[in-house]
Amino acid sequence: MAINRRDFLKSTAAGAAGALVTPYFFHRTALAADTVDVGVLFSQTGGLSIIEKSLSDATLMAIQEINDSGGVLGKQINPIVEDGASDPKTYNEKASKLVISDKVPTVFGSYTSASRKAVLPVFEKRRNLYFYPTYYEGFECSKNVVYTGAVPNQQLSNFIPWIIENLGKKKFFIVGSNYIYPREMAKVCKILIEGNGAEWVADEYLELGHSEWGAMVNKIKSSGCDVVLSNVVGDSVVAFYREFKNQGLTHDKLPICATVTSEIEIAAMGPEYAVGSYTSFPYFQAIDTDLNKAFIERYRMFVNDPKAVTHHALESSYFQVYLWKQALEKAGEATPEAIRAGVMGQEYDAPNGHVKIDPENLHTFLTPRIAEWLPDGQGKIVDDYGEPIRPLPYVAYGETEDTLFCTEKGLDTSKLKG
Amino acid sequence: MIDVLFIGLSLGSILLLVALGLAITYGAMGVINMAHGEMVMIGAYTTVMSAIWLGIGLIPSILLAFIVTALLGWLIERIVVKRLYGRLLDTLLATWGVAILIQQAVRLEFGLSFFGIHVEGLGPGLQNVTVPDFLQGAFSIGAVEINTYRTFIILVTAVLTLLTWYLMYRTPIGTQVRAIIRNPSMAAACGIDVDRVNALTFAYGSGLAGVAGVMMSGFKTVFPDMGTSMVVDGFMVVVMGGVGSLLGSVASAGILGEINGVVASVTNDILARAVVFGVVIMVIVLKPQGLFSFKGR
Repeated sequence: MAINRRDFLKSTAAGAAGALVTPYFFHRTALAADTVDVGVLFSQTGGLSIIEKSLSDATLMAIQEINDSGGVLGKQINPIVEDGASDPKTYNEKASKLVISDKVPTVFGSYTSASRKAVLPVFEKRRNLYFYPTYYEGFECSKNVVYTGAVPNQQLSNFIPWIIENLGKKKFFIVGSNYIYPREMAKVCKILIEGNGAEWVADEYLELGHSEWGAMVNKIKSSGCDVVLSNVVGDSVVAFYREFKNQGLTHDKLPICATVTSEIEIAAMGPEYAVGSYTSFPYFQAIDTDLNKAFIERYRMFVNDPKAVTHHALESSYFQVYLWKQALEKAGEATPEAIRAGVMGQEYDAPNGHVKIDPENLHTFLTPRIAEWLPDGQGKIVDDYGEPIRPLPYVAYGETEDTLFCTEKGLDTSKLKG
Repeated sequence: MIDVLFIGLSLGSILLLVALGLAITYGAMGVINMAHGEMVMIGAYTTVMSAIWLGIGLIPSILLAFIVTALLGWLIERIVVKRLYGRLLDTLLATWGVAILIQQAVRLEFGLSFFGIHVEGLGPGLQNVTVPDFLQGAFSIGAVEINTYRTFIILVTAVLTLLTWYLMYRTPIGTQVRAIIRNPSMAAACGIDVDRVNALTFAYGSGLAGVAGVMMSGFKTVFPDMGTSMVVDGFMVVVMGGVGSLLGSVASAGILGEINGVVASVTNDILARAVVFGVVIMVIVLKPQGLFSFKGR
């Protein structure tokens, strides 16, 4: 590197000036630290932006609410919004940018597991903190991610026994999109189905985004099952429910019980195709509490759309910002380590009810609920667990509340093999 | 067994429905029209928009979608494709660009979303298309339950195929189109207005895609990317059937549909798709010109 004389003089002068005004300089940094930067990383463009834009909006809404009521530790939160562009590689690059160049102590983001897996190395290597709002397949134990969506046991451990006892169904047809989430869900389903004295007759998959359901529904029809457990994801859901009705199947005889079908898909397919089917989620737009109604109203105001729907991942995107705020207040300083220590055991009254971060595995205690879909496209809550249940990200491999695989010390791999 | 064959027939009719327009634009005109899937998408959105803004149901919007997409196709031909005849790869790139433009126009609501204006029925989300009651559910013939909507698709496809056949083989303009397929310069020398006939043919092919879009909207999901996967299937049918042969497209759509249906019912859909691609590859290897072909150009 060549240093010419002029530049050298300039920098020395600046250095000297800096030295002279040191007290003032420090004062300025303190002023600049009147805000806390955080990263907001969702897909604003691309195929997944349909849903991820709403998660981003919910996050920004929570940040704005906190700022309007005085911020956190007397500081305003400054969201740095980046676009993951529905592409895991872009996610990784943007996460690096937020962590390394913006030096944010926390990033809120991701909808798909693929994008989470893509950013995970960045957060683990740089010891930063990621808040992930989506329900996912479990099988992850990271010290650098706080998971506020449901894991399989929180969607299924009430659902399967309820189907068997209340609907009196004994033969399950498990169907899903062909990738990791539905496959892990199916594993948990089978454990629960067999444990509750019922049986499963088939376990079938279709490509992600596949919309030709003729052969599959015909198979369901001739399989002799009396209930369909669907882990079908995304736009395939619409084509599935329509084909189901079009082949003459009805939900009162052969109900579809789903883990992913939310208010959004119901609106797109037309509620008449889903009436009488069931979905299990910790949050539904139909939850009848003042807290939730006020939340929906504020969200609709925020996105300027009087018909906007709210759903599970969206609600988690919202309340996780408040959990983060409380963690930061407890920690007293905006570093990833301090926030991580502060978030353990943190509790909050979210629109879905009381939530709490498990200090062992950094997942969230959530209340499982089952809804039956009504002709107006809303769910009627037909079963409510009553209280939040503990997240067990390794339930597909035999994890129970007494034998946690993932603890504060990390993942106990010996249990995983056994 | 009958229900499996019926599903195969239905799959074939859906393939043909999408491929019919391509058989014209690619088969007859030698344009690799990557925007064909977007025409299907525009057809589907016409159904959504006309239900919201005009209160028109699915069936009347078939005609509307044909007109809208034919006009759009005509515009594309006049502005872009016209300059690219005989340059196969260039048409691929140019129409791909057009496809992206159309997709983004729908997703960004013609750019209005930048100004905070929301147009009902457009945007990145999933759209709902209401299907008339009498097309929902199933009816039974004897012991066999038949899917009403799929029957409707088969009928529409049959009507469109016959119409296309009639236009191509029984009308003066069809004769001109076929002359242009064989040899454009010779056709021009015989006094055929190649320019005008090409524009009309492209518009007709696009219009067919629009109708396909209306039919798709009733049982698939309507969103801006919906056409992308369909265009691949469409090319598969046309290439296997033999470029420029209507009969070839009909036959290959039928064969691929039945293979898909039968394999899917015996094993699963993922394997069925692999088998379908395998069959197409084999046909192309053994008969590079496709099932039905003639020497030309």
